Amino acid sequence: MNSSEVLIKAFGLTKRFNGLTAVDHIDFEVYKGECVGFLGPNGAGKTTTVRMIYCFLPVSDGELTVAGLNVSTEARAIKGMIGVSPQDDNLDPDFSVTKNLEVYARYFDIPRDRAKQRALELLKFFSLEEKKDASMYQLSGGMKRRLIMARALINEPRILLLDEPTTGLDPQGRHLVWDEIRSLRKQGVTIILTTHYMDEASALCDRILIVDNGKIIQTGAPQELIRQFAGEDVLEVEYDEAMVKQLKDELPSAEVEVFGDQVRVFAKEHGVFERVIKQFPNKTMTIRNANLEDVFLKLTGRKLRE
Amino acid sequence: MTAWLPKLTYRVWLVWRRNFEVFTKTIFVNFLPALLEPILYLAAFGVGLGALIAGPVAGVNYIQFIGPGLIAIAVMYGSFFECTYASFVRMYYQKTFDAIIATPVSLEEVIAGELLWGATRAAINGTIVLAVVAAFGLVSSWWALLVPLVAFFGGLLFASLAMCFTALASGIDSFNFPTYLFITPMFLLSGTFFPLALLPKILQGTALSVLPLTHIVDLTRGLMMGSMTSFLGITPEVMWIFAVVWMAMVTLLFFVLAIYLMKRKLIK
Repeated sequence: MNSSEVLIKAFGLTKRFNGLTAVDHIDFEVYKGECVGFLGPNGAGKTTTVRMIYCFLPVSDGELTVAGLNVSTEARAIKGMIGVSPQDDNLDPDFSVTKNLEVYARYFDIPRDRAKQRALELLKFFSLEEKKDASMYQLSGGMKRRLIMARALINEPRILLLDEPTTGLDPQGRHLVWDEIRSLRKQGVTIILTTHYMDEASALCDRILIVDNGKIIQTGAPQELIRQFAGEDVLEVEYDEAMVKQLKDELPSAEVEVFGDQVRVFAKEHGVFERVIKQFPNKTMTIRNANLEDVFLKLTGRKLRE
Repeated sequence: MTAWLPKLTYRVWLVWRRNFEVFTKTIFVNFLPALLEPILYLAAFGVGLGALIAGPVAGVNYIQFIGPGLIAIAVMYGSFFECTYASFVRMYYQKTFDAIIATPVSLEEVIAGELLWGATRAAINGTIVLAVVAAFGLVSSWWALLVPLVAFFGGLLFASLAMCFTALASGIDSFNFPTYLFITPMFLLSGTFFPLALLPKILQGTALSVLPLTHIVDLTRGLMMGSMTSFLGITPEVMWIFAVVWMAMVTLLFFVLAIYLMKRKLIK
């Protein structure tokens, strides 16, 4: 699915706001047809990066090109080929669902008939057909989110930017959005999404860029990152000094971490914990697969952000 | 050298059209107050208060005198409130500007579209009041047909001033300052309800040099009466030119300034 054609290229990309460096000399490339996730805690610089890609924020330093065009000089052409689904709801509350799409199409110089047809297709795709004449006040959070995504696709963009596409949605709404993103991926749309949900990044992205404090600290496919940084299995148990010592003796190759009153043991191979569990019959232990959250916490630490 | 000048394309009209379409959707709500207000003013000040005023005012009946003032006030309110409160709501609460500038339309074009829409609002409101005043039989010259043009350009001036305040406002309550310190004094002291010539010379000079409404009132009254009033010894012929040139220069200045200030506010 991925090709070697580079659609977005950042080199030494930096953004400063009044002395605060939000994005700090990052380099990355996005290939045609890829779904790339920017994963990071609040304030990591995800949204700022996305906003520079769609020329909403000027670049402070470094280079950023989209389809070979420089964001600082070719904003109009770039914006014409990108679809943006922002974090905040900025649908037009003065218009109905369909009218939102039609008015937005006009900003791209899409002819009226084509806009009407495209709006209808998109409403169908996002299961919003029944709401086509509804006002913004009659839509649920999930519907609004899907309408924002529909709006982002009105110009048949080569690149779709999804800034936290599921934040604030209920599980049903979230899975519906995921299905739609997967379906767009299949159609070959290049997607960049930001999220702080690990499962979302795992489920949707071909490749993940983990960002923290304005820097990209690790990149890779979700499964690769998990294998490399968290291993296969994770054992979770309540903290007990004697037991920690025994676990370390029993599993010299595993990594033991203590987070508050919780102990987590990361094993590189599958199935090593079964034997250990039997030695502690009185303890409640959980064995689970290592996931992106383990990677994330390992790489970014557990300090609360914001 | 010209880097500070806004770069505008036809896309300005796409923004204008968005606002126009919202306006036509709620046309009844928009028209009714614009129609009723001048009738109330004419009844209260023209018929009521006017009955206490024996002699002619600046050569005409009092009710005829205030007609152009009411048109100019409608122009000022229409564009000023459109580009303060309404623009602020679109910018800050609805994030409409953010949505539009993610498309090929630039922020400069969004602001210019807002300003031209503010001017259009003023022209619509001014024309409605002109129609009411005409229905009361208070128009005595065919030149009055040019009043909508004055309303549009006067509206553009007030829209531009308003947008500067919007760019500087920290919140929607901040608009109380320009409303009470700038708009209300103009409402009262720009030759709207009594001839400017009755004020001390220093106030006349101030009104002519810094209160934009003065010129809109003068031009509107001049067109409706067929002749310009003279002030401070300036002849009517010079007054025409002075008013037009003053408005053109101030409008251009604040139009460019409004776009510059909004860019500074929104592009971080």
